[in-house]
Amino acid sequence: MTDLPLDAAAGPRPAPRSLLEADPRTAARNRAEARFRAYGLAALLVGLAALVLLLGSILWNGFPAFTQTRVSLPVELSQAELDPEGTGDPAVIAKTSTFGFDDLIEAALAKAVVEAGIGTDLEPGDLADLLSSGAAAQVRDAVLADPSLVGQTVEFDLLASSRVDGYLKGRVTRESLADDRNLSPAHLDVVDALAARGAVSRGFNAAFILGADASEKRPEAAGIGVATLGSLTMMLVVLGLSLPLGVAASIYLEEFAPKNRFTDFIEVNIANLAAVPSIVFGILGLVAFIQFAGLPASAPLVGGLVLTLMTLPTIVIVTRASLKSVPPSIRDAALGVGASRMQAVFHHVLPLALPGIMTGAIIGMARALGETAPLLLIGMVGFVASNAPDGVLASFTSPNSAMPAQIYEWAKRADPAYYERAWGGIILLLVFLLLMNLGAVLLRRRFERRW
Amino acid sequence: MPSGWLLLLVLLIAALGYLAGRRRALASTGGRIRDLHSLPGAYGWNVALAVLIPSLLVLALWSALAPVALDRMVAPLMEGQEGEMSLLMSDVRRVAGGLELLGRDAVLDSEGLRDRLGGVGVALGEEVTPATLAAAQAYDRLQHRSRLLLDVLVLALALGAAAWAVRRTGPELRARNEVERSFLGLLVAAALVAIATTVGIVFALLFNTGKFFSLYPASEFFLGTTWSPSFGGGSTLGILPLAWGTLYISLISLLVAVPLGLLSAIYLSEYASPRLRAWAKPMLEVLAGIPSIVYGLFALLAVGPALLAVFGQGGFGIMQGGTAAITAGLVMGIMLIPFVSSLSDDIINAVPQAMRDGSLAMGATPSETIRQVVIPAALPGIMGAILLAASRAIGETMIVVLGAGAAASLSLNPFDAMTTITAKIVSQLTGDSDFNSPEALVAFALGMTLFVVTLLLNVLALWIVRRFREQYE
Repeated sequence: MTDLPLDAAAGPRPAPRSLLEADPRTAARNRAEARFRAYGLAALLVGLAALVLLLGSILWNGFPAFTQTRVSLPVELSQAELDPEGTGDPAVIAKTSTFGFDDLIEAALAKAVVEAGIGTDLEPGDLADLLSSGAAAQVRDAVLADPSLVGQTVEFDLLASSRVDGYLKGRVTRESLADDRNLSPAHLDVVDALAARGAVSRGFNAAFILGADASEKRPEAAGIGVATLGSLTMMLVVLGLSLPLGVAASIYLEEFAPKNRFTDFIEVNIANLAAVPSIVFGILGLVAFIQFAGLPASAPLVGGLVLTLMTLPTIVIVTRASLKSVPPSIRDAALGVGASRMQAVFHHVLPLALPGIMTGAIIGMARALGETAPLLLIGMVGFVASNAPDGVLASFTSPNSAMPAQIYEWAKRADPAYYERAWGGIILLLVFLLLMNLGAVLLRRRFERRW
Repeated sequence: MPSGWLLLLVLLIAALGYLAGRRRALASTGGRIRDLHSLPGAYGWNVALAVLIPSLLVLALWSALAPVALDRMVAPLMEGQEGEMSLLMSDVRRVAGGLELLGRDAVLDSEGLRDRLGGVGVALGEEVTPATLAAAQAYDRLQHRSRLLLDVLVLALALGAAAWAVRRTGPELRARNEVERSFLGLLVAAALVAIATTVGIVFALLFNTGKFFSLYPASEFFLGTTWSPSFGGGSTLGILPLAWGTLYISLISLLVAVPLGLLSAIYLSEYASPRLRAWAKPMLEVLAGIPSIVYGLFALLAVGPALLAVFGQGGFGIMQGGTAAITAGLVMGIMLIPFVSSLSDDIINAVPQAMRDGSLAMGATPSETIRQVVIPAALPGIMGAILLAASRAIGETMIVVLGAGAAASLSLNPFDAMTTITAKIVSQLTGDSDFNSPEALVAFALGMTLFVVTLLLNVLALWIVRRFREQYE
């Protein structure tokens, strides 16, 4: 220390100024403060904007999938073509393949166009491109179900082809059809004229929500219903296995386990499993359940098992937290009146922790519902979901897909009409997730206790 | 007897055992519960558990091991190369299943068997050879015998255990203690599932990785700079382009997620009013609840085309297609924002208030306090959070499968298509390749690499975060 006066060391003192006036250094510091604050706000807003953008594009692109264009067409089911003998026997009619029905539909379409007074250069065979290639099968099924229709002219509501559907939804334009082999602008003139007469209409698309996946050529007929069933079956397996297993494991670790190396090892294991990439669980499922145990590939049962192992750590972590939040006085009181430790836990602690456990289970299942990668490895790919399973038990073991895998399959297909389906499938998936999370929030609000 | 019926029968015996045990306990004291050691229900449970635990254990073990043993016993009947055996055996199993449907003794020769099997819904790729038929018949016989043996064994075990446990029942038996010991055993078994899962993962990966390295040299896998699988054989399978793609895309995603996540966490915890915080924080966390397939679709169909419009042929001309490293990286970054922000939020809140108060009292502005006091104090924890986010990014699959493209390249340009380890695991294992070819087995080596890297990152991150917490507790 020196005895030098302070101002000799610091140089000449600045001239005294008003306290109300910020000196340049303070002003700069205040500006830096405001800037930093603005950065923080901007970062937050960017994050929220990303959310809005994401949800916006999902809703904007996905809503059209819930409506579908149909053409109502009177088809003459000529007896000469279908059942020349007039037997009325479905077995005889079934001899006419869908190609035979194609001819009937082409004729009906040509007739409708002529009656509507639409002049077009298109051949009847080309005109049929307006309709889904599944239209013939639709008519055939109706006739086989009711052979008495043969000989009559019946009005059918047939699916329009995906290009026509896209045109009415604004996805397909005349310009975009310029180099499209499936449909020409001339077709659109016919569509316009038919729409003016009310023969082409857009209605609610129940087949999308309830139906099965269709072949690559028929996006207009593809639905996510069977894959949804697969997802629900898997969720049943997950709920049935991961809840009891997870709760039992948590009870042991939280209430009974002695503090030693072994239980430490289990805990480290659970913490690490929670962070293992989901695709690794897919590899485990493929090797352990399908190759080693010989369970059927693509089965929701196997998918459920894989997702169970994946959600188990989540459920254990949440369950332990809610067991921990039950105050020790509850246990002490139970032990004090002669209950065993097992009775104290199962009769008193567990019921009090149940709301928290259920909330955790729902959150874990919501995560499992959106998981895709492990399902692809065990064969639950989208195109498998083209037939509904035969019965309740069969739905666990017969090949099926799941909602996210179906969405992935559609996203991979080349036809842009499938993109609309993929976005629509996401809306449904998010609705399920929203309902599950809402359930979790309500459960917490209703039953949670603060000690 | 199908195993479903066997299971039901065992459950029925257990239920009857419960009633019998309870009844015998009550009868032994003439109906006076207070003379019993335990409550009557405990005696019932004692019998039921004595039935269930051994018979279900035998049932499970037998069902797991019998197929393997059957294969071992039938395989010598078939002649085939090393690689074909698994295919041949699956044919044998399929034919054996068909024989059962047709009636065991109805089939004597392989002539026209394929069509008859087709008639009962068993589709076969080719005609059944006499050797296959003989093996299938042997398989079917052995399987029949094994099932019969299992039925007898399980039922005898269940009934025997029930009789033994009922006989032991009396006022002196400490039924509650015994039942609780069994229950504790069940709880431990549930906790062991976590270890079993880890062991299963390690074995599944190690076993198949070993098979892969016996077909393909490890040095070429780890040091190879080209990735070009061809399913006809003769592929070059070097991991470096995939590892590069993985690291590059993860880096882009962290460059997006870390600044945005960290700054939002700081704003929310230090500046935002309670009202803003109450709705902005949950909104941000909605991003974390959205499944990755949704982000993948967003990358493929929304972000990719938008970037292409700016940087593609019409704009800067440096981007060839919508799927590129930058597309996947940006979208993955958005996905990781809430992950980084909620972890950092916890960590920033764990910094003691006294440190902030001290700094503010010395005349520092709030931002100076944050930058020079709070962040340095929270730095280890934030590093841990970033490592956790990195491990998430490396293991993420659907976004890169849909958004990053399929070409493996060692490019420096973020606008080029790249691919990652996870994306290639999916494509190698969902293709039509033979399971024992190096092209399919390489997926396990990739999975092993992925597992080891993410495990190390997680262990390191958890260790850092825990040490940080202890520092301020």
